[in-house]
Amino acid sequence: MSDRDESDIDPRAEQVRYDQARYVENGQYEPLLSEKDLTRVEIGGSDGDGGDDGDDGSADGGSPLPDDLTRDSLELPELSEPELARHYTRLSQMIYGIDSGPYPLGSCTMKYNPKFTEDVAALPAAAVHPDRSERSTQGTLELMYRLQDYLGRIGGMDAVTLQPPAGAAGEFVGIRVAAAYHEHNGEGDRDEVIVPESAHGTNFASAALGGYDVVSLPSDDGGRVDLEALEAALSENTAALMLTNPNTLGLFERDIEEIAEMVHDVGGLLYYDGANLNALLGRARPGDMGFDVMHYNVHKTFATPHGGGGPGAGPVGVVDELAPFLPAPRVRENGESESELGYELFDPEHTIGKVHGYQGNWLVLVKAFAYIARLGDEGLADASATAVLNANYLASQIEYDVPYEPFHHEFVASAGDQDAADVAKRMLDYGVHPPTTKWPEIVPEALMTEPTEVEGMETLDRLAAAFNAVAGEDDETLADAPERTTARRIDQTSAARSPRLSWQALESDDE
Amino acid sequence: MHGSHATGSPYAPHTEEDRSAMLEAVGAETVEDLFDIPSDVQFEGRFDIDARTERETRRLVRSILGRNDDLTELLGRGHYGYYVPSLVDHLADRSEFLTSYTQYQPEVSQGFLQALFEYQSLLVELTGLEIANCSMYDAATALGEAATLAERVRDTSGHRVLVPDLLLEGRRSTLENYVAGTDLAVEAYPTDDANADVGALEGLVDEETVMVYAENPTVRGTIEEGLESIGALAAENDALFVLGSDPIALSVLQRPADVGADVVVGDASVLGLPTSYGMGLGLFATTEDYLRQVPGRLVGASEDATDRRAYTLTLQTREQHIRRERATSNICTNQAWVALRTAMHAAYLGPNGMVDLAERGVTRADDLAERLDDIVSVKAPVHDRHHLREFVVRVDQPAPAIAGDLEKRGFAVHVVGDHELQVCVAGVPDERIDPFVAAFEEVVR
Repeated sequence: MSDRDESDIDPRAEQVRYDQARYVENGQYEPLLSEKDLTRVEIGGSDGDGGDDGDDGSADGGSPLPDDLTRDSLELPELSEPELARHYTRLSQMIYGIDSGPYPLGSCTMKYNPKFTEDVAALPAAAVHPDRSERSTQGTLELMYRLQDYLGRIGGMDAVTLQPPAGAAGEFVGIRVAAAYHEHNGEGDRDEVIVPESAHGTNFASAALGGYDVVSLPSDDGGRVDLEALEAALSENTAALMLTNPNTLGLFERDIEEIAEMVHDVGGLLYYDGANLNALLGRARPGDMGFDVMHYNVHKTFATPHGGGGPGAGPVGVVDELAPFLPAPRVRENGESESELGYELFDPEHTIGKVHGYQGNWLVLVKAFAYIARLGDEGLADASATAVLNANYLASQIEYDVPYEPFHHEFVASAGDQDAADVAKRMLDYGVHPPTTKWPEIVPEALMTEPTEVEGMETLDRLAAAFNAVAGEDDETLADAPERTTARRIDQTSAARSPRLSWQALESDDE
Repeated sequence: MHGSHATGSPYAPHTEEDRSAMLEAVGAETVEDLFDIPSDVQFEGRFDIDARTERETRRLVRSILGRNDDLTELLGRGHYGYYVPSLVDHLADRSEFLTSYTQYQPEVSQGFLQALFEYQSLLVELTGLEIANCSMYDAATALGEAATLAERVRDTSGHRVLVPDLLLEGRRSTLENYVAGTDLAVEAYPTDDANADVGALEGLVDEETVMVYAENPTVRGTIEEGLESIGALAAENDALFVLGSDPIALSVLQRPADVGADVVVGDASVLGLPTSYGMGLGLFATTEDYLRQVPGRLVGASEDATDRRAYTLTLQTREQHIRRERATSNICTNQAWVALRTAMHAAYLGPNGMVDLAERGVTRADDLAERLDDIVSVKAPVHDRHHLREFVVRVDQPAPAIAGDLEKRGFAVHVVGDHELQVCVAGVPDERIDPFVAAFEEVVR
């Protein structure tokens, strides 16, 4: 657009272009909050004692507050509703979502989410204030209770808290619960958490946030936990081992029962990272494998659209022994106390307290409940079956090497001599979202791929065709990619070297 | 195209023919052959969860949530029932926004990145600080992150985090959990008439103090008057001054940068989200000095290969997926879509609308307090301060009984003391105010 001779453009067409894409000017997408839209509002103006008694202060332009308690002015864009509608519609057109096409990001479980869950989360009765009485929120409490119960059955866990607002927050709760448990047993000096080197980065960060030294555990030649290395890492200092199963290579840790025994033998706890639960639904349960505590990424395994980065929810399930340490409050059914209410909140006996101001991302929990209730036993088991079939089928159709198998819902291919990040950029040109790249580091130039259960054979074939087209291309083509996207290759180095993080920073640059 | 899914997931797409062809391609006879799970840990049981049609599921959720009472909420303390314009729902629900992932491939995520860049810019204007991240979970977790930031950036050792004694329990407890893995200890400083007791604070802040936290407005709805003094006290002792607030309050109250705030936290979901049982949007803004220590995601401006303006996630080496145990925070999934909604709502209001909304929070609270105060045996507001949105009411009778009676008449208020209720006007329709005052008169009679 920028290299077109502007004089060739009919002025009326120019107007149309402006209306349709308000923020495309000089070939650039201007930020909404730029100076051309700004309106400055002056604030203050009362005599300083705040003595205006009660009339509507905004009408006369004076502030109902004294000058010394207010700012001088506020400067923000002032736009009409239609302008805003077009602005955000335009922005949405510059985004690839799962409703746009396949999104095979390994370990992220980007699957289609049914639309009806949005409608149930938008029910007026879902929008209640968190400080409402238990008596007046029996519906909210019942839904929470029923979701706790569903999740407990699915994970093989005895007690569940819904409070953590994301998977990483769930990990942190698991770590805090483990710490409280050890402390309670007079073993508060356990100061190490063991994490396989292929684990999600959040595991390391959550353990560190909990104050633990992180012991990194290497994998064996087959890509699984190296039992000898585990033996060496375990000690009386071990508070917990954090593990996902299947692991990030999609491989099931077949020795899980032995691993659990080894960890329990030294008095440690076994933590399950629920990021890969999608592969196990209805086929195996972390609780049955010996895990003591786990988090569920309900926004991945069940349903909530990822919303460009959140919100999610990371409920945590535990075995009976750990239940007294869970965050407060939890929900229980009448009959467990003297209360006359059907459902009530209670604080677990040795609770760690709270990890969120209230009860986490409630609307996400509503969606997860609706999704599970919709699918039922058969639907959940079918989801894992199809996820695993799809991963295996896609892997069988691509020309890149897949070094580790048999994998479940995801696999890690190697781009070999190609740069995996470049492969990803080039795949964008073929109209599909690329896999996760360069991780886990066990596989060189990793292309970590998870098609999920929602993709049909036709889509998988199209994905495979994109993989294969890129596999045959030279480095120069890859380095220039993408060429068919809204923006071409973006300079991330300069973005980090001279950070400009607001329109104000851009403006001061221009001056 | 679609086969029957009488028993399977309604969202799994294969027909029996597809399934057979795919199994053949991978060389398996059944899907079960693809599972490499030792028999000892296979799950043979049932969850006993019945599948339902979409219609049945909607009815189920509707019937469960229908057990919530329909009340007029005069509740605040960080969550307000401000009207969210339809525009926000319709635009935020566009499926490209709703169904995209974190923007790890910026070339196909420009729209979301720009929206988050605009959200960051909004917070920069509201706070006067140079940097805002594109979300934490809520006010409580943002406060926890501020404390761990304080520990990282402080030059000298020290362990004291000072917070007001009137801090919400959820915030205090979350903060305690966030600092549990550090040497930090949380201590309360006294408040006077709901605002910080600056004199008492002066005696408490010392070189061992790494952070002083204050809120504006306070949890009781009063407007803090000692911010500049608190900022100076913190600065003298090389402690971080962390201020809790929200976008509507920040539209009119003293600019955090002007009172020496180093970090602003709070719940930004007062705009864009209804009162979703405490679901929030953690606001986090700070100064340029702490750029490399900021938790969470940052969107930056850059250029693409054709030199056009483009946006990208930046400074990711701070984040857990790269830095692992040395990351500035463990946050990964954040509240991006809520941030989008907040930015949309703020853009809808514009600066005039935001200032109006804030100022109406002052005048309407004043009006209601005056009317309640006219009732015999009721004093409102209890605190002789300026108020934004909410205030405390003293009643002769036990407060829980009064709140219970109000609830029976369709109104929800906070109980904040044996004889104290807290009442909030934000989001309460004008036509519900008269009935509320009438109900209040009845129940205290």
